[in-house]
Amino acid sequence: MSDAQNAVELIGIWKRFPGVIANSNVNLKVARGTVHAIVGENGAGKSTLMKILYGMQKADEGQILVSGNEQVFNSPSDAIDVGIGMVHQHFMLADNLSVLENIILGSEIKKGFRLDVSGAKKKISEIAKKYGLELPLDEFVSEFGVGDRQRIEILKVLYRGANVLILDEPTAVLVPHEVDELFKALNDLKAEGITIIFISHKLDEVLTIADEITVIRTGSTVGTVNPKTQKVTAEDLAEMMVGSELPTPATSESTVTDKVVLNVKDLTVVAHGGKEIVNHVNFKIHAGEILGIAGVEGNGQAELLDALLGIEKSTGTVQFMDQDISNWSTRKRRESGIAYIPEDRQRQALLLDAPLWENRMLGHQTLPPNSKGFWLTPRAAKADTNRIVSEYDVRTPSIDVYASALSGGNQQKLIVGREMSGEPKLLIAAHPTRGVDVGAQAAIWDHLRAARAAGLAVLLISADLDELIGLSDSLKVILRGKFVADADPATVTPQQLGNAMTGAGAAA
Amino acid sequence: MKLRKLADVLAAPLLAILFSLVVTGIILAAFGANIFEVFSRMFDYGTSTRSLTLITNTATTYYLSAVAVAIGFKMNIFNIGVNGQYRLAAMTAGAVAGWVIMPGPLSAIVAILVAMLVGAIWAGIAAWLKVVRGISEVISTIMLNYLAIGVISYAIVQTGIGTEIKLNVRGTPKIQEGARLAGYALIDPKVKIYGFFFIAIAVGIIYWVVLNRTRFGYDLRASGLSPSAATASGVNSKRMIVYSMLASGAIAGLVGLPDLLGKEFSYTLNFPANYGFTGIAVALLGRNNPIGIAFGALLWAFLDISSQILDLEGVPREIVTIMQGVIVLSVVVAYELVRRNRVRTQQQNVGKALASATTNEGSK
Repeated sequence: MSDAQNAVELIGIWKRFPGVIANSNVNLKVARGTVHAIVGENGAGKSTLMKILYGMQKADEGQILVSGNEQVFNSPSDAIDVGIGMVHQHFMLADNLSVLENIILGSEIKKGFRLDVSGAKKKISEIAKKYGLELPLDEFVSEFGVGDRQRIEILKVLYRGANVLILDEPTAVLVPHEVDELFKALNDLKAEGITIIFISHKLDEVLTIADEITVIRTGSTVGTVNPKTQKVTAEDLAEMMVGSELPTPATSESTVTDKVVLNVKDLTVVAHGGKEIVNHVNFKIHAGEILGIAGVEGNGQAELLDALLGIEKSTGTVQFMDQDISNWSTRKRRESGIAYIPEDRQRQALLLDAPLWENRMLGHQTLPPNSKGFWLTPRAAKADTNRIVSEYDVRTPSIDVYASALSGGNQQKLIVGREMSGEPKLLIAAHPTRGVDVGAQAAIWDHLRAARAAGLAVLLISADLDELIGLSDSLKVILRGKFVADADPATVTPQQLGNAMTGAGAAA
Repeated sequence: MKLRKLADVLAAPLLAILFSLVVTGIILAAFGANIFEVFSRMFDYGTSTRSLTLITNTATTYYLSAVAVAIGFKMNIFNIGVNGQYRLAAMTAGAVAGWVIMPGPLSAIVAILVAMLVGAIWAGIAAWLKVVRGISEVISTIMLNYLAIGVISYAIVQTGIGTEIKLNVRGTPKIQEGARLAGYALIDPKVKIYGFFFIAIAVGIIYWVVLNRTRFGYDLRASGLSPSAATASGVNSKRMIVYSMLASGAIAGLVGLPDLLGKEFSYTLNFPANYGFTGIAVALLGRNNPIGIAFGALLWAFLDISSQILDLEGVPREIVTIMQGVIVLSVVVAYELVRRNRVRTQQQNVGKALASATTNEGSK
């Protein structure tokens, strides 16, 4: 069935959470004694997959083979028993214990009733020497920096007999020279026959260290490449991660008018630490215009949107329909015609434990058809929910089920339908088609285009670069909270845009 | 479908009650008591007309207390300060109705309004501390309970608010006949059902309507279900905390009034002291639902009243306290189990209804 050459093999893994499919039909083969990288966007399902392999969560379906034998893991200790160990992104070390004590904690060697400290020390020293991870064992962990702590974690896992190491985003916390040291250590481990599974979304690092790279997108494995034998670039990987086989939103003729709907001047959002997450941003959106903002996730997009909605505190001015709304409350902004599709729908756009028709009211609870003055109007709201369900093809047996019972894509369709109701003048949308199926995606694009033709102004953020280029009338690139480039959607390619997003080069 | 929904609602409390009966049964057996004898005596005693009236009256108080707590629960605010709020409110209302001579009905209305105002102010202090200084309402309301006790003792013992109403008993002056809500002898010829019973029903109806049929209620529930989604939908979370705390306090202010206007007519230092904690238990039992709370309050009151017979049976009546405790603990567990089961069946139903559609989407 499968050869024992593979240290680990995953076959047809499925994992569903309420409302989301985290892994769908994941297949993965990791050859013994190699560094196998798993790359994918945030939320693509990498972490869930590794938790399944490490026994922290159970897959709904699928098989896990270790050295060719099928295994069922009920807890991480089952995984450790067959030699699979994990180094977490956030270290799990006790500061006020020594390195030695941290390593043996939980799997102490005993001599009668006493700890066999010298025996443990001898064993650890041997392992450390073999793999080139020597550390002063009697020092307190609090004395060590991040790079050394990571080595302690690796040593801890090796001490428990692991021959397969899972490293979750190991370089996220390291400075460049520590990364070099880590890679050197990983190569030593590999030379000694240890298999390493390396989770990351930093593509250049992955290309340096990995023997094989598997790409995960929206919960499924989309392919495996071998950078040592194939010529693979970071752009190729990025394309695989984002995917570009979706139907391209055809560019229609421009409907941009000269009426400014949103005029943002010098908008700045300061984080808790004093860092400027959104850094003196200026832009205008006209009626009938879709302004796309391209950027790698986490460069200030979410904060920019929250600031425009008045959820996040900001400085600078925001003008909407010739009025200064900088000091308006979120409710007043929404009532005046700003619709919002947030990035994190479960957190900001849904009441998971409430029926769909009550979710229809969310964000619009002060407006018809949901309320009239002080009173709610459930009957009208229910009727309108039924309209959204049929117009936006929300697949649900009834509008009385809780939002948590719907799949992520259907939740998104309900949200888009809700936000497009009541003739908004400005739509602020993050990833409006994330997680929805291809047919519904085209339908949402049609709705957006129709509303744009009718004079809707749209601020669009999307990780799907084809969507962004296809829908937008103009494009800006955001990097570390600043607009660093403009692009013309008629001529720019996803590759050029991708380069500009990472700061590698200017867009056309 | 309707039947199924009803079964869902009733399953958890019934399971909890059954479980607590078993646990108390085991304890009773360990004491060497005849379990069925004890339970049947309790039932007989608890269903006499006199007991039923007393149960209704006690439940009225518990109901108000539980609604006050439930308003907070609905948006994840834990008002542990009902005790302090109602005692301070009852003392003030007793003082106003006792000292200020007004036409009877007006006096009763003023007493009710004063009580609600005082309860709201006392709860409002906790809300203000939470919004302005970020202090947890759990801590501040507990502290305010102790403060209220101190303020009440001082006012009654040291100031002209209190007077000697009986030998060695100080309290607010007796409220005049016309201002009392002593109630009506509906079930038993000798004991009256509190006039406040009807006010409690009205409070329950208003609670349901406000929660389910008004924008304010929607904002309140949304804040409880998902604070982040509520904020994104335009709810001002700080304002919501203040409003809900004020509403909770205002209802809490009423908790002492059934006794004050129906039985005691004067606030003394012996005024019943712990309705607030019972309210928490009853709100949990009734899942913050106005009808559920009513059943919870009646059950609680039934256990309290019917247990009075136990002393005559030679069984310590604290056995009922154990029973109440087991009910609350097991009902919390049971509700969670039922909730998980409901989420699972709903997802399965959605999956079944859309079997073909979801496989298309999944295989994408």
